[in-house]
Amino acid sequence: MSLIEVAKLKKAYGDIDVLKQISFGVNKNDVVAMIGPSGSGKSTLLRSLVHLENIDGGSISIAGDYLVNEGIYAKPPEIKKITAKMGMVFQHFNLFPHLTVKENLEIAPKMVKKELSMVLEKRSRELLAKVGLENRASAYPAKLSGGQKQRVAIARALMMEPEILLFDEPTSALDPELTGEVLQVMKDLAEEQMTMIVVTHEMGFAKEVANKVVFMDKGEILETGKPNELFDHPKNERTKLFLQRVN
Amino acid sequence: MSIDYMNTILRPMLEGAQVTILLFFIVIVFSIPLGFLLTLAVRSSIKPLAWIAQAYIFVVRGTPLLLQLLVICFGLPMLPGIGEFLVLPRFMAACIGFVLNYAAYFAEIFRGGLLAIDKGQYEAAQVLGMNKWQSFSRIILPQMFRVALPAVSNESITLVKDTSLLYAVAVPELLHFAQTAVNRDFSIVPYFFAGLIYLIITFILTIVLKKLEKRMKFE
Repeated sequence: MSLIEVAKLKKAYGDIDVLKQISFGVNKNDVVAMIGPSGSGKSTLLRSLVHLENIDGGSISIAGDYLVNEGIYAKPPEIKKITAKMGMVFQHFNLFPHLTVKENLEIAPKMVKKELSMVLEKRSRELLAKVGLENRASAYPAKLSGGQKQRVAIARALMMEPEILLFDEPTSALDPELTGEVLQVMKDLAEEQMTMIVVTHEMGFAKEVANKVVFMDKGEILETGKPNELFDHPKNERTKLFLQRVN
Repeated sequence: MSIDYMNTILRPMLEGAQVTILLFFIVIVFSIPLGFLLTLAVRSSIKPLAWIAQAYIFVVRGTPLLLQLLVICFGLPMLPGIGEFLVLPRFMAACIGFVLNYAAYFAEIFRGGLLAIDKGQYEAAQVLGMNKWQSFSRIILPQMFRVALPAVSNESITLVKDTSLLYAVAVPELLHFAQTAVNRDFSIVPYFFAGLIYLIITFILTIVLKKLEKRMKFE
């Protein structure tokens, strides 16, 4: 059974349809790369999964529960429960600048799940070690490089123990030489069977790490396939054109 | 100029300075929270509340503090019928005037602070499962205060000097005693000392605020 099931999703800003009847599914342990030109609706689609965007029609179900069913949203407590299964990593990190790295990691599980400090300290230490930043626990975000910030943001999302991790262009705001360290952390997560959806312009990452690639353009999914199929033998004309341009 | 003379003019002026400082603290303690509540009211989704708060800020910022003090101290007691119940001890009336006035300025400062916070901060808090109150109190508020601090500092320096408006409603404070001495001795020296005392107060305040700003730099 799919972990995420999206059916006929619609969203418009005024007269502009940003999502036109989008349908797709994500299985457990999938690593899905969403590619496509800017303004194709990839980020909007990702953001509607965690209810950062309200959609105008269609359905989203997460692990069997409807976040929105044929345009009708679940009740707020229900929404909270469903979206809690997902963590999100943003293009611009969105770390809390007034909190140290350790506090950034621990604040949400402490406030939302009321977990004990002892438990949280252990977990934050482990996760910081996992992203290679165990020695920066007491630093403020302002003192970190972009790559370090994004690794902290990934650790922060993992602190809530999500079943699915969403990445919205996680390396687009980074200097080229810093993307590698972030992609490596994501690769490690993929190897640990984390279910991930990654909106990205990193074709190398999509080829190497994803097991499914989704190509979007102008609010539609034009092609879905295994990386080698989609990259080496694209069927759709617009996919071909896009891949020519980015390569 | 003898030590004795300095003593006779400085002693009452320092007593007056106590009133100045007392007013300063009362206004800071009450107008900052009140200003913050006004900010919330302006941003409230309850429209009438937002309108009232906006109108309040418009009127208070658009008229002189001196006029407001005169109205509260001398005008309100003249109102037919209820006036006699509005006669307050002069210092208390002045405090109320200052608090009501400064709250409007602080409200605008805090509003600016909130506007400066990136919407990604709200989104990150939401995605991490925090509710509105948790994200506001733990994520947004501390950042708002940090952004607002330089403007709050500036406003509190202005407040130190504005306390001299007490002179106009006949509450004896620093400037009042300086003026008394000037009139009595026909000398410019008391003015000079008054200026010096204001400078010392603002100097200490500046140092304290700089320390606070440094601590809230989060680096």
